[in-house]
Amino acid sequence: MIVFKEARHLFHFAGLFVLAFLVFLVARHYVVPKSFGEYGHYRGAAIGEMAAHPIKFAGHQACESCHSDVLDVKSKGKHAHVNCEACHGALAKHADDPSAMTPVLPDSAVLCARCHTASAAKPKGFPQVVPADHSNGLPCDTCHKPHSPAMDAGGAN
Amino acid sequence: MNISRRQILILLPAAAVAWKSVLAGTPEASPNYKMTDHWWSMLIDIPKCIGCGNCVRACQIENDVPDGNFRTWVERYHVTDENMVSPEVISPDGGKEGFPVAAEDAGKYFFVPKMCNQCADSPCTQVCPVGATFISPDGVVLVDQKYCLGCAYCVQACPYGCRYIHPEKKVADKCTLCYHRITKGLTTACCEACPTGARQLADLKNPNDPIHEFLKTHSVQVLKPQMATGAKVYYNDLDGSVR
Repeated sequence: MIVFKEARHLFHFAGLFVLAFLVFLVARHYVVPKSFGEYGHYRGAAIGEMAAHPIKFAGHQACESCHSDVLDVKSKGKHAHVNCEACHGALAKHADDPSAMTPVLPDSAVLCARCHTASAAKPKGFPQVVPADHSNGLPCDTCHKPHSPAMDAGGAN
Repeated sequence: MNISRRQILILLPAAAVAWKSVLAGTPEASPNYKMTDHWWSMLIDIPKCIGCGNCVRACQIENDVPDGNFRTWVERYHVTDENMVSPEVISPDGGKEGFPVAAEDAGKYFFVPKMCNQCADSPCTQVCPVGATFISPDGVVLVDQKYCLGCAYCVQACPYGCRYIHPEKKVADKCTLCYHRITKGLTTACCEACPTGARQLADLKNPNDPIHEFLKTHSVQVLKPQMATGAKVYYNDLDGSVR
């Protein structure tokens, strides 16, 4: 029975493995985040954290809920489908609390030119002008009202 | 205060459990939003894009994107008869401040807005060694920045060049399809700011979404279809020279 004479060592060794495995299980329990594997091989809570990022652009619905007068003018003009914040910038702060932030009126020389400066690269049907030739240096809003830019719109703002 | 050894042994595990729930945090749930009801995508209508750069600026503001990095950018292609295979492509500062005026010239010009393609079989999520990037149940490719090591495997893996390492956080960053907005019923910042409607957020699981009719009636393509990434950013009227 020489084979089993030293079996004690094997049991010690096996015991060590079992112990190490238990330590691994305990460590894993504490190290792996609770929501890991909730939806897949990632931390499920990360989705909620992503969704909690603050909003900077309020969205045109928020603007329209107060500024319905502007919406009335705009919806009849060429800019009907241009959202408010496309020109006025991110205004979620103003939408949350109108007194907290007053929007700055955009400079029409910069703003209009950004879209309407003539370039061969732009789609052919899109209204484009060479600003220097078109207005002789006058600001765009001398003739065109941005919310309803057609000249025959009666100067509605 | 006198605490026996027995009491400490009982209290320790309880404290550990309590501390763990503190570490896990409570995710901020958006009421009435069910992830399994949505499968987000985007439609980009090339003939409508005027290269104003509104989307790039809006994205940068909405998502605090550092200067010099882009979650979305606009490229201008110039294709002539001679360079069909390798057209001239420019994107000065991602097209953020628009493009130089193009003189009437030979060939054709067009703008191509680019962004994360929100691939359904994305190469970037497959290579992440720690499970820090993933496809959410509503079809958005996201990065868990608390878990990311910044190894940049995913940056290399993306065939569209849509990822970058955030210069301050030193972790991978990318377009989230404005996840914080779309889960609240808003559209993305780039779509909100686009003056011509060249970008449209679309929900493929919503049977009433106009995307279904559009895909049926238009010549729509995704970028690099040969890579079988399951890209969900659909380009209308995409020129064959676009890479």
